[in-house]
Order: sequence, then C-alpha cells, then structure tokens
Amino acid sequence: MSAIAKLRYVSTPRRVREDRRFVAGHGRYVADIKAEGTLHVALVASPHAAARIVSIDASAALAMPGVHHVLTGEELAAGTDPLMNGLDTPEVRRYPLAVGQARYAGEWVAAVVADSRALAEDAAERVRISYEVLPYVLDAERALEPDSTPVHPGHGSNVLLDRTFVWGEVDKHFAESPYELSFRVIWGRSSTVPIETFGVLASWDPWRNMLEVWASIQMPKYSDQIARAVRLPANAVRVHQDVDVGGSYGVKRGIKQTVIVAYLSRRLGRPVRLIEDRLENMRAGDAHGPDRIFDVSVAFNAEGIIRSMKMRALDNVGAYAGRSPFQLGKPVGAIVGPYQIQSVQYRAVSVTTNKAAQEAVRGFGQAPTNYAIETAIDKVAEKLGLDRIEMRRRNFIRKEQFPYLIPSGSTYDSGDYHTVVAKVLDHVQWPALEQERDRLRAKGLLAGIGIAACLEPSGGNSSFEPLLNPKNTTTTWMDSCRINVDLLGDITVTIHTTSSGQGHETLAATVVGEVLEIDPDKIRIMRPDSLTSLPSNSPVGSRMAIMLGGAAFHAAHKLKRKLLRIAGHQFGLAGDQLVYAGGGIAARDGKRKLSWMDLVLIAHRHIHMMPPDTEPGLEASHIYQVPTGGILPTPDGRVQMYPCHSFEFHVILVAIDPDLGKPEIRRYVIGHDCGTVINPHIVKGMTLGGIAHGIGAALLEEFVYDEQGQMITQSFMDYLLPSSHEVPKVEIVHHCTPSPFTVLGQKGSGESGYLGAPAAISGAINDAIRPLGISVGKLPIRISALSDAVAAARAKSSVTS
Amino acid sequence: MKVELTVNGESRLTEVEPRKSLLDCLRDNFNLNGAHAGCEHGVCGACTVLVDGQPVRSCLMFAVQADGYAITTIEGLTPAPGELSVIQDAFCETHGMQCGYCTPAMVLTAHALLQRNAAPTREEIVESISGNICRCTGYGQIVEAIALAADRLSRANAPQGGAVR
Repeated sequence: MSAIAKLRYVSTPRRVREDRRFVAGHGRYVADIKAEGTLHVALVASPHAAARIVSIDASAALAMPGVHHVLTGEELAAGTDPLMNGLDTPEVRRYPLAVGQARYAGEWVAAVVADSRALAEDAAERVRISYEVLPYVLDAERALEPDSTPVHPGHGSNVLLDRTFVWGEVDKHFAESPYELSFRVIWGRSSTVPIETFGVLASWDPWRNMLEVWASIQMPKYSDQIARAVRLPANAVRVHQDVDVGGSYGVKRGIKQTVIVAYLSRRLGRPVRLIEDRLENMRAGDAHGPDRIFDVSVAFNAEGIIRSMKMRALDNVGAYAGRSPFQLGKPVGAIVGPYQIQSVQYRAVSVTTNKAAQEAVRGFGQAPTNYAIETAIDKVAEKLGLDRIEMRRRNFIRKEQFPYLIPSGSTYDSGDYHTVVAKVLDHVQWPALEQERDRLRAKGLLAGIGIAACLEPSGGNSSFEPLLNPKNTTTTWMDSCRINVDLLGDITVTIHTTSSGQGHETLAATVVGEVLEIDPDKIRIMRPDSLTSLPSNSPVGSRMAIMLGGAAFHAAHKLKRKLLRIAGHQFGLAGDQLVYAGGGIAARDGKRKLSWMDLVLIAHRHIHMMPPDTEPGLEASHIYQVPTGGILPTPDGRVQMYPCHSFEFHVILVAIDPDLGKPEIRRYVIGHDCGTVINPHIVKGMTLGGIAHGIGAALLEEFVYDEQGQMITQSFMDYLLPSSHEVPKVEIVHHCTPSPFTVLGQKGSGESGYLGAPAAISGAINDAIRPLGISVGKLPIRISALSDAVAAARAKSSVTS
Repeated sequence: MKVELTVNGESRLTEVEPRKSLLDCLRDNFNLNGAHAGCEHGVCGACTVLVDGQPVRSCLMFAVQADGYAITTIEGLTPAPGELSVIQDAFCETHGMQCGYCTPAMVLTAHALLQRNAAPTREEIVESISGNICRCTGYGQIVEAIALAADRLSRANAPQGGAVR
C-alpha cells in the first residue's frame, strides 16, 4: 500500500458523476441505440423439458411480409463454433439455439427475424416444430444417480464435476472433537434479474470486415468469445463499451444472444438486434443463479470452538455448463468464513438437469456458502446453549493474526472482526434489542433476532478456473487504465469495460485526481471500444475498486514521475529535490517552480527541453495484475483465490404474525468493513442494494419448476422482487481496516449485504420459530411454507397439551 | 392509424399500429428514450410516464388511448439542456440510483408525489414508489432523495428568510 498522506478526494462524499445523465433520462442503454435498417429477433421456445426436434417448418412464418429469416439450431451450428465450457467437458456442447434436442422448457429452438419485434413475435407463433418428447431429470440428487437420464448423452452422465478437497487433518480433528453435528440446508434457484433484460445489437460491415457490437454486457473476455464462436479474428469484433448497462450483478453474460445476432447480421447484411422480453429473459436467458444443496458436518468442543468442517455442495446448474460450475470454486477462497476452522473437507458436485442454464450471480457462489457456514455456527450455539454472538467471537480470526492463511490456501489480508461486532452491538444497544424481541413475543408474535458474520472476497481473480479445470492455466485477471494529458492541459482517462451501475467513471476520476492532486470533476473519463482498449476483465468478482482503482493509481503515478523527470531536467535537480503539489513542481529550495501548464507545454511542444530518451507528449497507462495472484493451485487444491476480504456483520430483528406467516423485518443493522472507501455514496448504495437482493433470495425469489419441468415463476407476478415495502430502513455501522495489499487500502464492496443477508434472515426466522420446536432450512422461506409450518406446529402442540 | 399526442407540452402527430404501446410509441416514434421497458407486464414500473400528472405504466397503455391526454416524460422535467430539476438534483445529491435504468420512472413518480403532497412522510414516500422496482439501491437513497427534494422545494417556496421545518 502506497500511502497518500492526506486524502483530498478519496473517501469524501463527492457526487457520482454518472448520475447526471441518468436522472435526465439520457443514459445510453442498448435499446436506445438505433441503427438504420435494423432487423429484430424473437425466439421460438421449446414447450418441453426434453425433446428431440423432429422437424421445423418455417414456411408460414416466412410467407409473412416483413419476415426475413427463421434461423434454426442446425443452420447456426453449421456456421459457428460451440460456446465455451469452463470445465473440460467437451461433450456438454452448447449452441445458442437447440441443436437436435431441446434440453429445457423454454430453450430457444429457432430465431425469427423481421422488420419489427412485434412482427417477429407474430411470425414466431407460426413456426411449426414437431417434437418427440424425451425423458428428463430436474432434481439434482436424482441427476446424480448413475441411472438418471443424461441431459447430454454424449457426456455419459449428469455429473460435470465431483471433486473432494481435503485441507488439513479433517479425520483426526473429527475423531478428537467431543461433539459434532450435521445438517442440510438448501439454497433455492434465484437470480439477480436486472430490470433491463439482456439486449444486443450487431452490425456486420463487409467493407471494413468488422462486426460492430453494442450490448448490455458484463462479461470478461466477451469480444474474444464472440470472435471464436463466429469464427472471426478477434480484431474484427468491435464491442462498443460506451453503453450503459441497466443492472447486471453478474448475470449479463450474453454470449449466446450475441452469437445469434452476429451470425444473422453477417447472413442477412443488416444490423440485427435482440432485446429479450421478460419471459425470454427469465425462462431462457440462461441467467439463473446457484441451485444448491449443502450437507454440512462440523466438529467442535464444549466451548463451541469449531475445529473442522465437512461440506458437500451439490449444485444443479441446469442444462448447460458455461462458467457456472466455477461458482462452486470461488467460495474455496473463504471456505471457513471469518473463523479459525483448522481443517476442511469440501466436496463440490455439479450436475446437469433439464432446467435453464446458470450464470454468475453476485458473489459467484459465496452467498449460499456463507448461508451454510452461518447456519452451522447458529446450530452449534443452539446445541451447546451458547450465545450466538459469543459463539462467533470465540471462533473469529483475531486482528493480530492477519495476514491469515486459511486451510484451503488463501491468505486473508486484514480484518478486525471483534471491533466491528462491538461497534454494532453498541449501536443496536443489544440488551434493548433482546427486550424488544421479548416484548413482541409477549404480544403474541413470533419474533427472532438474526445474526450473520461473513466475508466478501474481493479483487476478482480467476483462480477457480485452474483449480477446477487442470487444462486451464490462467494466472492473471488484469485490469487497466490510461491517462492522456492534452495540449491544453486537460486530462482524459480511459477505462476499458462497460459498467452496470458501479460508478467506475467516478472511481477512476477520483483516484487519478487524488494522485495528481487535480479536481476529479475536471477529468474526462472515456470508454474506448474493445479494439482500442487495454486488457480488462470487466467488473466481476467485486474487483473494480481494487483493480481499476489500482490501475488508475499506478498510471497516475507513472504520469507524475514523468512530470518530475521533466521538471528535474529543467532545474538540474534529482527527484528527491523536487516537490509536486497540485500539478505543479517546485524545487525543494523554493526558488524555482514550474506550473502544470509549463510542464504540459514542454511535453507537447518542446522536445529540446525534455530529458534525453523521453517520449514527447504526456501519456501513461498501466495494466494491473491482481495483487497476490499469479500462482497456480497446488495439486491438492490449495490456492490464493482473491486478494482482499471485506467483512460484514448483520444483526436483524424479525417479527412474524403467527396466523399470516409473513416475516417483517423490524430492524436491520449491518457493520461493514471494506477498508478504505473511495466513494461513500457508492459503497452505501452497494450495501443497501445487496441487502435488498438478499431479502429477495431469503424470502421471495425463486425460479420454480413443476413436475413436468415447466418454469412456473416466469413473470414478476410470480417471481417476486422486493419493493420499497419489503426493504426496511437499514442502519450501517462503518469500520475501516485497510488492506495491506491494495494501493489505497481499499477492498471490494460490490457484493456487500447480499453475502450475509440471507443467513441473517434465516437465523432470525429460526430464532422466532424455535419456541414452536420447528426450524426452516431452505431458501427462500416462503410465507405460505412458514405459515403452514407454524400452523402445523401449533396444532401439534395443542393436541399434545 | 394517426394519433395526436401532447407530449411534454408539445402536440405531436404520428402514425401507429393500434396495438402499439405508449412506451414503444414514445421510444420509436418520438425518440424519447427515457422511458424504459422492464417487464412489459405492468409490475416493475420502469416505463412510468405521467398522464395528466398521474404516474402511468406506458407499457400497459396503447398509444391510441393516450390521445387527448397531457403526457410528461422524463425529458419534460429538465428545465433546460444540462439543467436539472430540484428533484433530479436531489437524486444526484444522495446517489439515489446505480445503473439508472429505473431512475427516470422514479423521478417522475417522485415528481407526481410532490405535486400532490409537498411534505410527505417517510411512509408516504415508500408507498408512492412501491410500484417502481429498483434492483440496485434497496431504495434507501431514493427515499432520501425524495425527502431532500421535498425539503428543498419547501424552502424555495417559503417567504424570504427561509422556512424552518
């Protein structure tokens, strides 16, 4: 960490510069981009969970005026290469449209192209497809059985991944521990479901040999994947990154959609766009999140110290693989949470089923894992009759133990968990909170307090790739920034990715302004297209404060060093005799000074005044490697996953009317430590938004399939997103433990709140219903399920009494 | 068929299919892109515009039904190019958004609220935006923005010397 003595702009509540265009309705989203002659796509979906495609008759659709083409999977597969798989599973082949066989209800089987979207939808209804219905499998445990129907017969089974890691002396620790307990919890299939669906516009220019792409995208190595799939050189795919993305939180990966329109644009010689409607998005946008069963055992002593843990995570990834099995890998980097658990056995199992395909969701598997870990802590406390907070305190890694190496090979950077907990308890006035719970109980309500402590691994590296796929030897996941100072002395900074609400323009301007001591509001931020960009891996893995912040910091320092060389040359002084202040440079003796504009002029006009071997102009760029990254996993599966580990501690009070079963969050307090905060407004928003998303995952949101494999929550009337009524006022208690591994001590916050909220809510509800002798172990905890369970428990107790 | 719509105070004649939604008409025919398609079934509220001052889901209204009403879109709220209304500025002050996709609809909904209730309580603010889904913010900074805007508007309209609230 390079110290900046006094921060001028970083950590101050400056406005977020992106907001101006958004409040005026002048964001530039993909659906706002209009190209002359654009054709529109609508999709024909499979009505069956699994079916052989016998024939496709598009004649009636094609006979309609204004309909240009009906693309089938067969045609597309002949003209493109399969989409990438994260694991080494070549027979789990994936094309954007079903080829030969549909593998889930709703899967896209044909794409209709017409003059308008409405017309394309009309024509889609006239595409006649005959199917031969096939057996299917929906349940993950059933899919695991050797005799289950394989979703991809060529692969031989439904198992994509089944790997057991043992880190430390698990058997010994279990044998030596006086207590152990086992339980199962289930994380239901939900997702981030942005309000803007995925959309993409592609336009092939045959005279420049260039595929132009505008997309609502958040995908690392997007243009490379498109180029590979459509068989173009990568430098013939130009992704425009100055497109505002209407929310993503992980899922906007859009490869299959882009391949469809890219192929069609080349085939038809016209710009082609696909803006998913809500049904296409929810049912077949391939953007569902983890669908996971955890079986957990922990070994502990009478004091509640957990020594070892065994966890099996069985994930139902749906019909195709993509990157989704990696969501079992990322949590390896924080598999013990904030606790001193000495050894872990982790079995990661990923199976295919006839459900829609998964994609990366906020936290990349960490929120479900945290829910399982936190449930274990609560259960141990309950078994021993220990206070749940005391239980956590006893197991926490202590401040003085950092940097702390966990059994699975990651080193945690820093933290002060005990202090954050103390601050939160002080803020909530813990005895008063318990009294309030008891007062609610006395009134006849079910009331409970929920607690969750967890980590947000941040700085997004991709170490889970080589961990789970030995053929993948990736050890960098860099990001970049470039700074140019023009002849008039004005600064333009380029960043090399799209953003979906994270405020990267504000971030880059703040950091560059901080280093150069220049007002960030005077700095222009631009997003070049992918061909004129430096490498970026996009805002995934809670990484941009660390990675873009790091790149901007280093680029600005490079620029500053050049200015110092120029000034030193004029003064005949070495660097240590110079003082940089506010863009100008003075000799330490105070006698000579060059202003920012003096230096700019020399760089741009006066090469005769420049130090020897110095390039004219004022430009600096930096490609930043992930701190602590760069090392392949060991053969026994130990790896440094992400560099930084933010901490959050949730305390909530929930009241439930026993007749209605509706949980109502009466109080929500979160202690949050993400190191140095670059923009307080942004971090606050991320945390509040993450909590709201966590409330959805815990109580409301689920993609439910019926026994025939039909998704039955396919509109916002069935798949419920939290509204302002469901999200309580949240109180945030701040703490700052800087990371020693980053340029300003910053850590990530893009997944904050979401990573602990579901565990806290589950804990609160279980605390509330414990007096009835029942518990819940599956998310989301639906009102109907809860009221049924409460009613059954009350009926039983009235019978027995 | 031909319709004549009054949009942001201006009368505009255009040709639409009878089935075309007001949302699609505003976006396609008039290039007013501030109204956004979210769910297109009337739940998320991202397409909200004001019809005679009331928030309406433009995805659920046909363009032909809007004939004769005064329609206000987000583009109609900015006082001048590059200038923000008090409500828009308050959203910037509290960072009442992230991706911005639901934001124009939120601002319009807040505008309608403050037109009819100059001093809303927190509960009234929460109630007024409960038909607009925001996936980014968890609503906290949106509620703050609307309260701040109400406060600023009340001060701006108070007699000289400033209102005390």
